[in-house]
Amino acid sequence: MALTLFDKLWNEHLVESQQDGSDLIYIDRIFLHERTGSIALSSLQAEGREVFCPEQVFCCMDHIVDTFPDRSDDTTMPSGKDFIVATRNHAHSAGIALFDLLDPRQGIVHVVSPEQGIVQPGMSLVCPDSHTCTQGAMGALAWGIGSSEAEHALATKTLRVQRPQTMRVSFEGELAQGVSAKDMILHLIASHGAHGGSGYAVEFAGAAVTRLDMEARMTLCNMAVEFSAFTGVIAPDAKTLDFLRGRPYAPVGERWEQAAAYWRTLRSDPDAQFDRELVVDCSALQPQVTWGTSPQHTVAITAAVPAPDAPGATDRAGRERALAYMGLEVGLPLRGLAIDAAFIGSCTNSRISDLRVAAAVLRGRRIAPGLRAICVPGSMQVKAQAEAEGLDRIFTAAGFEWRASGCSMCFYAGGEHFGYRQRVISTTNRNFESRQGPETRTHLASPVTVAASAIRGCITDPREFLES
Amino acid sequence: MDEFVRHEGIAAPLLRDNIDTDAIIPSREMRRVSKHGLGEGLFAGWRYLSQEGREPNPDFVLNRPAYRGASILLGGANFGCGSSREHAVWALKEYGIRAIVAPGFGTIFAGNCVRNGLLPLVLPGEVIAAIAAWVRAAPGENRVLIDLQAQRLEAAGQAFYFDIDAGARRMLLQGLDAIALTLTRGEVIDRFHRRRQELRPWLY
Repeated sequence: MALTLFDKLWNEHLVESQQDGSDLIYIDRIFLHERTGSIALSSLQAEGREVFCPEQVFCCMDHIVDTFPDRSDDTTMPSGKDFIVATRNHAHSAGIALFDLLDPRQGIVHVVSPEQGIVQPGMSLVCPDSHTCTQGAMGALAWGIGSSEAEHALATKTLRVQRPQTMRVSFEGELAQGVSAKDMILHLIASHGAHGGSGYAVEFAGAAVTRLDMEARMTLCNMAVEFSAFTGVIAPDAKTLDFLRGRPYAPVGERWEQAAAYWRTLRSDPDAQFDRELVVDCSALQPQVTWGTSPQHTVAITAAVPAPDAPGATDRAGRERALAYMGLEVGLPLRGLAIDAAFIGSCTNSRISDLRVAAAVLRGRRIAPGLRAICVPGSMQVKAQAEAEGLDRIFTAAGFEWRASGCSMCFYAGGEHFGYRQRVISTTNRNFESRQGPETRTHLASPVTVAASAIRGCITDPREFLES
Repeated sequence: MDEFVRHEGIAAPLLRDNIDTDAIIPSREMRRVSKHGLGEGLFAGWRYLSQEGREPNPDFVLNRPAYRGASILLGGANFGCGSSREHAVWALKEYGIRAIVAPGFGTIFAGNCVRNGLLPLVLPGEVIAAIAAWVRAAPGENRVLIDLQAQRLEAAGQAFYFDIDAGARRMLLQGLDAIALTLTRGEVIDRFHRRRQELRPWLY
């Protein structure tokens, strides 16, 4: 029988089907972080349960750590230290590898895992973090879970899961200059709604996906959860193997050959049937930007703020609320809308390729007067690489703050934030109410769009800065 | 874990689509490494007049006297989307919410509900809108009854039948500890684990 990539990954990890219709799925790797992992580990310990295979569990300090150069356990977030210390103590007593605050490999979990070669094609990997779907870009079965499920995975090396349906989203056509994976996924969510992928595991395929480099594929899969999908996955290919080869946790020698032979089978069979198929033509795709408080509130950067009852809008009341929250009027062009701050970072867009495209626009230019602009590399290795390439000097000369790694102001945990009702253009993944700070007004966009907007001090089409 | 078998209570309509877990419990309200002490932060951004204070916003549904003691939420599409934080469910539970009725749920959120004895109940949006209209007429008297055994919700003098996957239903009805349940399959898991070490040795 012809199988989809997701079917193959699922079957590979199926321990047994339960009588109640759920499947017992074997978990190869577990990631934790200090925000939700600390509670999972402490709760497990309180129940007197042990970690099944601690050597296959990893932990990152990323969510609430400060990103200032001289950071320590004392965080800007009032009780952040409690989370950091609890996580460290539990990780040590459980024998879990920890990428701690001062470790040169420290960074955002979904940046660190591929960077270290921990996530590999064909693997199952979970983390109590919704953006774990990012790692599906490696051809892995990777998805976000809650804390109780994390305890379950830690104690039993399995999870009881309802098998999702399968969807293929084929991105066809060639991306124009200035258009990236971020624009692809925002456009998809705008077209089919923030719940469009609900109940499905989504395979991203098509010529435009094949052409993306691995980091861009991670950006695409990262926002599968904003589409409410169970996860996103991309079939591994030569780019995947090239990316993985030589990384610290990647297999070597004969083991590599053995693994690679298996990895090459991880693709949907030509006549595999999906429960749903979507096709997105990318050839006319423009840079995208959000105007509202859900990722589905996305338009092309050349568009105006849409009316709440615009064709295809299903959440009129939500759109009216969003307009009021964002302080916007229907019909106002997004281009030219003044911003207070610009943010480049998060598990969506903080990898070296993201920093390179932003730096290419910022080179030799200055951000608008009075604007606050911050760049937070996704890991300390990304930061080191960027510094080796001189990108840090481009960012700082342009007026950006250059930070140490962490989730930073992707979300506001009571510490650092952009300020009351500040308007921010951001490479992050969520424009929810007060996500980035008290009543902060977030506009999601790609790194190049954020860089271009930072220079002008208003939402700006990045193509104005790109040579044809 | 707490069981959910049958529950009758005041239902509060909050019919917004895409209510995310940041709205249910803002990250700034997750102050301790604990599953407790979160009820006060529930819907903090909407429930209080300012982010610094605790003065109730009189317009927010849960603050209206008629909905005092509400134990059921009527929600919009994609309820609980966004962050995986189980704190959203812990906050709802601590506040006293036992069931949420919505046209759909964020996947991780729905799983978190089931693991904490909170019922995520799916009904079509137009049915929920009709129930909400009936509830609004007299919130204290027009109570909603949910019978999970029968997969039936009673409101507005009608019975609405709902689907729920068998695994979630069993977990809720019996208040099962999923980990304990899975540990009874330890032998099968061990066998799979050993076989996988032979089949995919590079993973070990």
